[in-house]
Amino acid sequence: MKDPIIQLKGLTKQYGAVKAVDGLNLDIDKGEIFGLLGPNGAGKTTTILMMLGLTDPTSGTAFVCGHNATSSPIHVKRKVGYMPDSVGFYDNMTALENLVYIGRLNGVPENELKKRSAEVLEIVGLAADQHKKTSAFSRGMKQRLGLADVLIKNPDVIILDEPTLGIDPTGVRDFLALIKQLSRQQGLTVLLSSHHLHHVQQVCDRVGIFVNGQLLAQGDIGALSAQLFGTDSHVTSIKTAQPVPQPWQLEAELQAWEAITQIRIHENELEFTSSRDVTSALVRFLVEKGYDVIGVNQKNYGLDDIYQKYFESNSTKKTSYEKSIS
Amino acid sequence: MKSQSPDPGPFGVMVHKEIADHIRSWRFSILIALIVLTFIAAMYVSLANIKSAIGNTKDPDHLFLYLKLLTTTDNSIPPFHVFLSFLAPLLGISLGFDAVNSEQNSGTLTRLMAQPIYRDNLLLAKFVSALVIVSGLFFALALLMIGGGLVLTGVRMEPQELLRILGFIVITIAYVAFWLSLSIMLSILFKQAATSALTAIGIWLFFTIFYQIVINLIVKSFLPDPAYLSQAEIIRYNDLILNLQRIAPNQLYSDAVTTLLMPSVRSLGPVTMEQMAGAIPAPLPFKESVMIVWPQVSGLMASTVGCFAFAYYFFMRREIRS
Repeated sequence: MKDPIIQLKGLTKQYGAVKAVDGLNLDIDKGEIFGLLGPNGAGKTTTILMMLGLTDPTSGTAFVCGHNATSSPIHVKRKVGYMPDSVGFYDNMTALENLVYIGRLNGVPENELKKRSAEVLEIVGLAADQHKKTSAFSRGMKQRLGLADVLIKNPDVIILDEPTLGIDPTGVRDFLALIKQLSRQQGLTVLLSSHHLHHVQQVCDRVGIFVNGQLLAQGDIGALSAQLFGTDSHVTSIKTAQPVPQPWQLEAELQAWEAITQIRIHENELEFTSSRDVTSALVRFLVEKGYDVIGVNQKNYGLDDIYQKYFESNSTKKTSYEKSIS
Repeated sequence: MKSQSPDPGPFGVMVHKEIADHIRSWRFSILIALIVLTFIAAMYVSLANIKSAIGNTKDPDHLFLYLKLLTTTDNSIPPFHVFLSFLAPLLGISLGFDAVNSEQNSGTLTRLMAQPIYRDNLLLAKFVSALVIVSGLFFALALLMIGGGLVLTGVRMEPQELLRILGFIVITIAYVAFWLSLSIMLSILFKQAATSALTAIGIWLFFTIFYQIVINLIVKSFLPDPAYLSQAEIIRYNDLILNLQRIAPNQLYSDAVTTLLMPSVRSLGPVTMEQMAGAIPAPLPFKESVMIVWPQVSGLMASTVGCFAFAYYFFMRREIRS
C-alpha cells in the first residue's frame, strides 16, 4: 500500500502579482529519491520553504510526515533535514562545534552526542577536518558538513536545495553517490532540487519538471519522454558505408511502413523517426537490399531533450503572452 | 558533568551559544574595557573628593558614603551614572545591531530555522543572552565598588544604600535592555548590519544631543514672554517641556538614577514655595524614592517591551531565505 510521505495539495504562493508556485500537487513516497528540476526562479526553493513552514502558502496545504507544515512546522522539522542552497556555518566555530550545536538543538542527548557526531562526520568524510574552523572550508566541504548537519538529527526525509551547486565534477559524483547510498541503506526519502539535468538523472527515481511555478510533468525518465514526445519517441539513425543516392528509390517503400513517421537522409546517414522500435527490422531490410551498415544508433531521449522541449514550449508561450499585452 | 544536568531544551542551548559568542567577541571585550575604565576613573575622582563630600554637613545626603562614592565628582569628569547614560546605549546597540541580519547574511539563519525550534525562541535567546552578560557585568562592578569601599573606609553600609545601589543597577540594566531590543528590531528590519548599526546610533545621537535642542526650539516658538505669565502658567509650560523631554529614554534614565542615588531629591518637576513650606531638607526613605521614579522605570520597561513586540511581529511571519 502506498502512503506518500510528502503530500502537496494545490500549493500556491503569490508574491504580489507574480505566482511563484501555482497550484502544485505532488506526492512523494517513502524511500524514493525525487528530483525537482527546473530553471532558476521556477519556484523550487519557495516550494521547499513551504514544505518546512518557513514561508506560508497563499493557498493549499503541504503535509510532510503526516503533519501540516504551515500549522505545525516544529513536528515537520523534527523529521525533516533541510540543506539550503547556500549553507552557512558559524565561522568562529569548528566543524564539530557547528555540528554539535545543531545536534543539541534537535535534542540529541548529551551522552550520545559525541558518538553520533563522530559517526556522521565519518559518513560524509570530514572526520579528519572536524577541528578546523568552518571559515577555512571549501564549498564542497561545506556541502558535506551541511549533509552531516542534516543526518545528525536522524531524519525520515532529506530535502536538499541545489546540493550540487558550485562543486567540481568529482565532488558532485561523490556527493550524489553518497546520497543514493544513504537513501538505500537507511530508507530515507530524498527530495533534491536542481537545474543540473545530469545530476538529477544520475540518482533520482522520479523527476518532476517545474517551470514558472507549475509542475509540467513527473515520472521516471522513460515515462517522461513518452509523455512528452508521444508517438515520435523512437529515433534510429543508421550509417552506411556508401552514400545513399538522392533521390532514394527505397524511401517510398519505407514510408509505407506504418510505424515510420519521418525519414531524413544526409549523405550516408539515415534517420528514422517511428512510433515504436523498428531498429532491427530496418537493419535487416537495409542489409537485404545490399547496403553495408557500419553503425546503428538508437537515440534515447535524455533529460536534456526533455528539458529543452519544455523550455522551448514555455518560452514560446511567454513571448506570445508578452505580445498580447503589448 | 553536563550529562547530569537536565536537558536544557533548544532555548537553553541557544542562550548558551550566544553567551559564548559574546564573550569571545572582540567587540564585547572592547566595551567591557571601556566601561571598566570609566568606572575606575569615576571611582578615582570620587575617592579623592569623598572626604569633603562627607564633611559637607549642609548636604542632607552627606552620610551616605557609598552613594557618594557613585555620585561625587570634582567636575573634572562626570560621575559614573552620567557616563552610563551615554555608554549604556552603546553597549545595548553593539550587542544587538547584527543579531538577526548577520545570521541571515551568512546563511546560518535558514539552517537554524530548519531545526525544530520556535522562531520567537531565537529572538528571546539573543535578547536574554546579551542581558545576562550585561547584568553580570554591572552587578560585578557594583559589588566590587561596595567591597572596595568597605575595605578602604571600613564604614558600615546602610541597608538602604545597598537597596539604592541595586536599584540603580536594575534600572541601568533596563536601560540597556531598551537599546538592545531597539537594535534587535533594527537588525530584523535592515538586511545590512551596517545600516542597522548606523540607524541605532542615529537614534541614540538624536535623543542624547538633538532632542533637547529641538524641544527647546519648538517650545520657544510658541511660548509667550514669561514676564507676562502667572506663576501657574509658568509651571504648566515647565511641565509641558519636562514631559516632552521624558519621551527620550536617556532623560527617563537620568531622572530615575538621580533620584535613587541622591536620597534628598523629592520631586522631578518644579516645586512651588507652598509645597516646600515646612519641608525639612532630609533624605527620603528608599520606598518614597522608588515611588518617585516608578513612572520612569515603567516607561523604560514599556518601551523595551514595545520594541521587542515589534521585533517579534516583523520576524514571525517573515520568509526566511538566504
